Amino acid sequence: MTLLKVNDLTVRYGDSVVVDAVSFVVNRGESVGIVGESGSGKSQTALSLLGLLPRNAAMSGSIRLDGVELINMSDDQLDEYRAMRISIVFQDPMQALNPYLRVGDQLRQILLQHEIAAGKEADAKVLEMLKRVGLPDPERQFRAFSHELSGGMRQRVMIASALICEPDLLIADEPTTALDVTVQAQILDLLEELRDDTALLLITHDLGIVAGRCERLLVFDEGRLVESGATTSVFSSPETAHMRKLLDAAPRVDRGEMRSAVKGKTVLGVDHASVSYRDAAKQTLVAVTDVSLSLREAETLAIVGESGSGKSSLVRALLGLIPMRAGKAVYAGEPLEGPVRSRATSTLRDLQLVFQDPVGALNPQMRVQTIIGEPLLVHEPAMTEGQRKEKVLSILKKVGLDENQLRRFPHQLSGGQAQRVAIARALILEPRVLICDEAVAALDGSVRIQVLDLLKDAQRDTGLSVIFISHDLAVVRSVSHRVAVMYLGQLVEVADTAHIFSSPRHPYTRALIDASPIPDPIVAPAAAPLKGEVPSLLTPPSGCVFHPRCVFAEGNCSVKRPSLRDLESSRVACHRAGEIEL
Amino acid sequence: MKKSGYILLFILVLAIVGPIFSPHDYQSTNFDAILVSPSFSGMHLFGTDNLGRDLFVRTMLGIRITLLVAIVASLVSLIIGVTYGAVAGYIGGRVDAVMMRFVDTLYALPFIFLVILLMVAFERNFLLIFIAIGAINWLDMARIVRGQTISLREREFVDAARLSGVSSARIIFRHIAPNLLGIVTVYVTLTIPQAILVESFLSFLGLGVQEPQTSLGSLVDSGVNQMEGASWMLLIPAALLALILMCFNFLGDALRDFFDARQAP
Repeated sequence: MTLLKVNDLTVRYGDSVVVDAVSFVVNRGESVGIVGESGSGKSQTALSLLGLLPRNAAMSGSIRLDGVELINMSDDQLDEYRAMRISIVFQDPMQALNPYLRVGDQLRQILLQHEIAAGKEADAKVLEMLKRVGLPDPERQFRAFSHELSGGMRQRVMIASALICEPDLLIADEPTTALDVTVQAQILDLLEELRDDTALLLITHDLGIVAGRCERLLVFDEGRLVESGATTSVFSSPETAHMRKLLDAAPRVDRGEMRSAVKGKTVLGVDHASVSYRDAAKQTLVAVTDVSLSLREAETLAIVGESGSGKSSLVRALLGLIPMRAGKAVYAGEPLEGPVRSRATSTLRDLQLVFQDPVGALNPQMRVQTIIGEPLLVHEPAMTEGQRKEKVLSILKKVGLDENQLRRFPHQLSGGQAQRVAIARALILEPRVLICDEAVAALDGSVRIQVLDLLKDAQRDTGLSVIFISHDLAVVRSVSHRVAVMYLGQLVEVADTAHIFSSPRHPYTRALIDASPIPDPIVAPAAAPLKGEVPSLLTPPSGCVFHPRCVFAEGNCSVKRPSLRDLESSRVACHRAGEIEL
Repeated sequence: MKKSGYILLFILVLAIVGPIFSPHDYQSTNFDAILVSPSFSGMHLFGTDNLGRDLFVRTMLGIRITLLVAIVASLVSLIIGVTYGAVAGYIGGRVDAVMMRFVDTLYALPFIFLVILLMVAFERNFLLIFIAIGAINWLDMARIVRGQTISLREREFVDAARLSGVSSARIIFRHIAPNLLGIVTVYVTLTIPQAILVESFLSFLGLGVQEPQTSLGSLVDSGVNQMEGASWMLLIPAALLALILMCFNFLGDALRDFFDARQAP
């Protein structure tokens, strides 16, 4: 039975058409996935269904919910539909929740607004809903403010508020993009489990998320609906080149070429490194505890872990951007000491960093030419203006850009172009070690592949060593020679890529692999492998930091901290590694 | 918004070249034409004052001096404020704490009162007015710039520059300063009207520029004394003062929009 019928929906901002004559239907109780890259118009479509587009957007076409036209309905009339009939879960729950209202009050407001329940009855209904979305200790969360909750718990509250009126259609717009991968799996499970006969419109850039969870798929490209059909058939026999491109660009954690380990001498190492911060309340927060790692020549070493694992802090301390509290870093046999400004120019030249957010990493007031050429001013002061420009141009070509971009400002570049500029700046000095801190996380699939290829080329040509920090194991599988897994500031496992993926030794590594969504509807999505979320660094668990979430934990695990030990070809920090079946 | 810029430009040009075309000058008195109302006869466009001086020329002179005082005072506050704020913000830590506590201390001083004392104690001169007004305004500027610098210092492009070995001086001047430009420009366009007001206020109290020089504030002051018989003496300079203030405020808004465009969200 048709619930929502969208016909010829077009959204315009002035002259630019962001959604172009899109038509589709959603049946009652069905789950439909909308996939597309950034700028494909998928979110705009979702917002238009609820009448949430900004005022300068012009909508035409028709959106019918149970035969009632929603376009051109007044806000008052639409309010009857919002939450009651159609509700939405946004990407960032922190922004979607009112920081000044207690969680319980926020949910109760919805019930009051729609005159569903009031007083004690409303409170009871809210509490029950909070219980259903799996919030631990719902009575306490009822009185909590949103900043007191973790990211996953906030998203659970959002889902509770979206489902409390039992709407006919739930729109989830990138609901897990801001969450850790193990929490992502929990939230997706929750959505599926709670929605009953509510239809689900799941919007995402990640094919792995829709693969096993949506019955039908709508593929968007540049504002148009280019392909639609049953999920299995779209995956197995895509009709359009665009879908094929998306599929090719989707990395898989379960199969694909892996790079074999390289033998070479150590270029860069950290020895028993610890990093700590002082927060505003003067509490000490230990971000990295006693980590030793080494990077070989022409090797790509991946450091993976969820937020709070300390992977970024480790490399920042190594580079001298933040102080290292204990331990040392060694580059080419020489200790790396002190903050970055006190380090020798030649070592600075050899170690370069690429950031996650390409736009934030480029000075908005500088042109591309100045940005890329700046390191030369420091390291090659003898170069003339002309030589510098020539060098900038040649590196720009190498990263796949051309001289048209030279005079641009960062805000005039796309995300992929900006990241290439950032890489060009890092590579122009021909460093020996390149550290990529989530360098491809913000990029679309096809662009990501190009950037990764670029790194591989640079490695092949110059023997570059790369530290590749990522939370995405599927990407890591294809780029790295070796993988180091971190959890809550500690190194839990290090092994060659092949060993990590074929025979992980640490339960956390296994969980990360299992939680990675696989873009293949044939492979049924595994249930969330881990319960709970990463604990606060302020109050790390005793003994093995992973024990509260570990299904294999036993008495000793909560008492004694395991140290890294060799187990066949892996190094693993787990008391029970080897005896447990993973 | 953009129009306010053109209006200001027009007023400025008029103030500079206007008096050239007038047969009168700003200080000669003419007792045959006392308190003449604005008219084309005798070319007293804005009328004359109680000493028979041509008010058009005097008003133009007043605008020149008012704008000069305001712009110079703003520049003084700009230079001191930006340097002070950027240094405190970039170095941070204890240096920042000491520098900002000094600013807090200065905030506690009643500046207008101090200025009045200075004016009374020393001979009144321009320089003193500039310094007095600049000294009030740089405090705000320093605070704003410091706050911005602290947030810019944490931005990744600054880290990237540090990793490339770029010197602290170059980071301050090439990476941080240009990104302060937007907010500083906006703030300066808002400081100018503030300085104009302070100057007018001092002149109105009779503590501003000295006769036969004049400023919009002193013109308003003498206008108030004559407002029953010769309302134009008050209305014309007061209206121009209001117009200039409004234009600067609108200009500030327009500039902010312009600079925001380059800052990616």
